[in-house]
Amino acid sequence: MRTSNRRGLFKTAEEDRNNREGLKGWLNPARYGWERVSYWLQRLTGLFLLIYFIGHIYETSSLTGGAGAWNAMLQFTETPWGHLFLILVIGTSTYHSTNGIRLIFTEAGRGLGRPGRPDYPYDALSLNYRQKSGIWIALILAAVAMFYGGNVLFGGD
Amino acid sequence: MSGIIKKISMLRTGSKHERSEKSLRGRSSIVLRVYRANKAVGDSAHYDTFDVPIQRWTTVLDALLYAKSYKDTSIGIRYSCRMASCGSCGMKINGIPRLACYTNVSEMESGVISCEPLTNFPLIRDLVTDFHQFFSHHKSVRPYIINQNADLRDRKELSEFIQSPRDVDEYLQSSYCIKCGLCYSACPTVATDTKFPGPQALAQAYRYSADTRDTGSREDMKAIDDKHGIWRCHFAGSCSSVCPKGVDPALGIQLLRGHMMSFSKHNKKIAELKHHSHGNQIT
Repeated sequence: MRTSNRRGLFKTAEEDRNNREGLKGWLNPARYGWERVSYWLQRLTGLFLLIYFIGHIYETSSLTGGAGAWNAMLQFTETPWGHLFLILVIGTSTYHSTNGIRLIFTEAGRGLGRPGRPDYPYDALSLNYRQKSGIWIALILAAVAMFYGGNVLFGGD
Repeated sequence: MSGIIKKISMLRTGSKHERSEKSLRGRSSIVLRVYRANKAVGDSAHYDTFDVPIQRWTTVLDALLYAKSYKDTSIGIRYSCRMASCGSCGMKINGIPRLACYTNVSEMESGVISCEPLTNFPLIRDLVTDFHQFFSHHKSVRPYIINQNADLRDRKELSEFIQSPRDVDEYLQSSYCIKCGLCYSACPTVATDTKFPGPQALAQAYRYSADTRDTGSREDMKAIDDKHGIWRCHFAGSCSSVCPKGVDPALGIQLLRGHMMSFSKHNKKIAELKHHSHGNQIT
């Protein structure tokens, strides 16, 4: 057993990372329930939207090169793959924002219920159906938005 | 695709104890896969498998102790009470942190049961992990009642706090924590951030913050109000999902965060103190 006289929140940070799960800890969402799936999706969509945001700034900055440069840049999204990418942007942004609103309330202690006396089989109060419904609604809204976006992008004139 | 659908269908929306036991009905033995590693002597990680006879009431701890008694006495395992009170036998069973003594083999969905050490805890040997970091975080939130008005060292002057049942309900479930470390192992933030106190310590911060006998909650907040503190919790809910005692750390953490952000009222009424003098009765 390793011995140490270090104590406290900050001093323990120097401890080794032996047996820490690392990124693998959140890359597998199918172990703990819908809340873990929601956590995983929120992170993935957040990373995707960050990458999109950087690309979007690059795209719109082409306006400084005049109408020709802007139109040339737009050609990237005027392909089937470009449309699929935009549909993905619609879905991820819808899910991320809807689920994000749920999390704003949840992480402020709303919609969780009040603590009480746990009885066997100890179902967690915080993992209630209000929370699960919020996750499912976010997923359904994202699917509907993607379907509508796909209809507009692929079904246009 | 069918694999993904199967995984999603396995997501537990209800209690873990509601899952059917039919998968093992009629089975007289299981295969136990036990993680083995002893880095101190240069032994690399591998799995040993053991055929273990089972009964309807056999727990994973029973199966491990059978393997240790009759197959390989060198299996490293920590256990004590065998009744989910001490929190010693926490391990990953089929990939999920559970107490071995509290997990019946019939709950498992296959005839092969894998036992691995709890992740996020430094490994000592086989299924035994080091709880030093975990307890350091626990101590950092000062998990005890701080009340300057009550001198608990003066044994001649007994103090009694008056609390209503409702006051008790605010923190009771958080006080059921047995420090088994399952929540710490399941937490995805703990997996990447060694400074994060983890769900257990944060739930204890809530427990003493909500206790009307405690007047030191402000000092406790300082320990966790940090960029590596309570704000790193993103409500993955895995801690509450694996807790064997119904502590629901995720609930405590969100409620405490709500208090800290002033989203909820935190005008805690400090419990009234009643003194009793029993001078000669105390030895």
